[in-house]
Amino acid sequence: MKADKAGVLTGSHVLNGNQACAEGALAAGCRFLGLYPIVPSIEVSERFLARAPEVGATFIQMEDEISALAAVLGASWTGKKSMTVTSGPGLSLMMEHLGLGIMLETPCVIADIQSVGPGLGLPTHAAQGDMMQARWGSHGDYEIVALAPSSPQEMFDFTIKAFNFSERYRIPVAIMSDAYVAQLEETVVIPPADQINIETRRYYEGAKDSYLPFKRDKDFVPPMVDIGQGYRFHVTGLTHDDRGYPIMFEECQEYNVHPLMWKVRNAVDKIVEVQETNTDDAEVVVISYGATSRAVLKAIKQARESGIKAGGLKLVTVWPFPEKRVTELAKKAKAIVVPEMNFGQIVLEVERNGYGEANIFFLPHGDKGAEYSEDILAAIKRASQTSEAKSGIIEIS
Amino acid sequence: MMETPKTDEKQEIHPMENLLRMDRMPHIWCPTCGIGLAVTAFTAALEKANIDPNTVSIVSGIGCTGRVAGYVKLDSFHTTHGRPIAFATGIKVASPKTKVVVFSGDGDLMAIGGNHFIHAARRNIDMLVVCVNNFIYAMTGGQVAPTTPLAAYATTSPYGCVEPPFNIPYLAESSGAVYVARWTTLHIRRLTNSLTEALQKTGFSVVEAISPCGMYYSRINRLGDGLDMMRFYHDNVEIRHGEDTKNLDIGFQTKIICGKFVDRERPSYNERYNQWLSEVKTAGRHSKGQKGSKK
Repeated sequence: MKADKAGVLTGSHVLNGNQACAEGALAAGCRFLGLYPIVPSIEVSERFLARAPEVGATFIQMEDEISALAAVLGASWTGKKSMTVTSGPGLSLMMEHLGLGIMLETPCVIADIQSVGPGLGLPTHAAQGDMMQARWGSHGDYEIVALAPSSPQEMFDFTIKAFNFSERYRIPVAIMSDAYVAQLEETVVIPPADQINIETRRYYEGAKDSYLPFKRDKDFVPPMVDIGQGYRFHVTGLTHDDRGYPIMFEECQEYNVHPLMWKVRNAVDKIVEVQETNTDDAEVVVISYGATSRAVLKAIKQARESGIKAGGLKLVTVWPFPEKRVTELAKKAKAIVVPEMNFGQIVLEVERNGYGEANIFFLPHGDKGAEYSEDILAAIKRASQTSEAKSGIIEIS
Repeated sequence: MMETPKTDEKQEIHPMENLLRMDRMPHIWCPTCGIGLAVTAFTAALEKANIDPNTVSIVSGIGCTGRVAGYVKLDSFHTTHGRPIAFATGIKVASPKTKVVVFSGDGDLMAIGGNHFIHAARRNIDMLVVCVNNFIYAMTGGQVAPTTPLAAYATTSPYGCVEPPFNIPYLAESSGAVYVARWTTLHIRRLTNSLTEALQKTGFSVVEAISPCGMYYSRINRLGDGLDMMRFYHDNVEIRHGEDTKNLDIGFQTKIICGKFVDRERPSYNERYNQWLSEVKTAGRHSKGQKGSKK
């Protein structure tokens, strides 16, 4: 399906990452924004609101992030593609309705513009400290899709991807950006509407009286209906049967919750996306995502110039994690370097999938910013010189 | 065990069957609970107000009353604790033609959901909020609620409740609600009438339905069974339409003032939003936000 022209601002623009995210949402067909203001995500809302009247979108600023995501879920059931935008402290509050969105299988997008935590942290400074929270922060078992853009252009592109995944699998999808990418101004090229592929939730087409809200198709995704169409359906956040009625037996974990995992796990090959640079002959592979991957490109180039066979794997989808590819690379390479703007999150996934195959070096740079490539270069050099296998993650301090 | 008497008569059909999920009966509510009566009043009001059930979305939170969404045959959502009003706000803003109802309990709407309640009232979101007030958290076994009268017992107020309760109509009115009424589930006809009026009203409407909780509130406070509670309502309710909501506090086993207290006009959120939108489109009002350009 092609994008609706109304939301697509075709042309070449200078936008910051947040503005590009709003444009991506509008291009993807998002027509509802539920928001609560938080630095450094503000321009997403401001841009969306400024454009809303001409696009035909609606919005509401709620009383907190809890209600912002609650309103988004409600709006999604009216048939409008819906999103919210926040930062770390807001994401913490949204964990409740992330879980409800998973359980009600409600398509929606959450853009998290990460800043430094924990607690109040440093709201204006970039970080990648919410990566595990997006995956594990809500109680109970679930799978999520999360994308990590590294430029305003990717903020636009990945926001469209996020909506497509969320509609296809009926799940909340997270855009894990950060203050650096969000505030960075660059050229963003928005293609004509007929060159943008968008996906929309699959609607139920059978008889009204035989509609079952959670009857799954072969991909474990139940077709959806909007409110107000005469289906008079019921959905509950409790474990439930195909009719959406609560079932309070432990068997329901298997019947109801397990398929929530399958619908993502079985589609991993269709969801996972990475971008690789010089990995064919790489002895040292740098695995990164988001803003950090910008500095990695420079460091890899410098390493090659100094004779080290360095390569890079950039995660487009952080969740689901590209497990297979990381294991393959770990088998081929001597060492893996993981730089992150935190004190060790995604490196744990790299360790889990590459352990025993290659030495894994972790480079925390919580306070240096994404433009800092010298540290990454030094880490690559050190990794290339370490020959003996060492256990655990080797943290570079 | 008693045998079910056999009868040749045609099985009686519940008059509200078209609005109830009969495949979910029997419901989970205890004998003598008043929530079922509130649901009966609501379904009757839907018919009286002549509202097409296909246009109604009903949202509940968690708790005994939170189960209502699961028993009425409407587009219905059983959501998180305290958040049904927030969820319903999203529905109403995204789909203004939908008739939105929130049906939940006092603990859900007034404690964990208190903030959403006052903000939806302030915005005057066009929705009917039915708050069944049984003075206690019943689903979890009888804990003290923000509506538990002073000195009343609950499992978490073992020496009597030390906190003054919310006066729901007063809170609703001062936050901006356009329609506020209170009845007990004994007053089924008047409750139905109020719900009918509230359904026809545009704006944030609140109907408090005071309900017996025979299993927890009555038992821990030694107030007898459900029938005794109904008798108490009969003897102690004073109907005072238009009473100043300031005077509607409820004490432990004191008189309860019921009636319709507020019925006023204020532009709803959607009305203001549409007004704003038309001004934007006729260039009467300019966004201060950043506007995209087609350079």
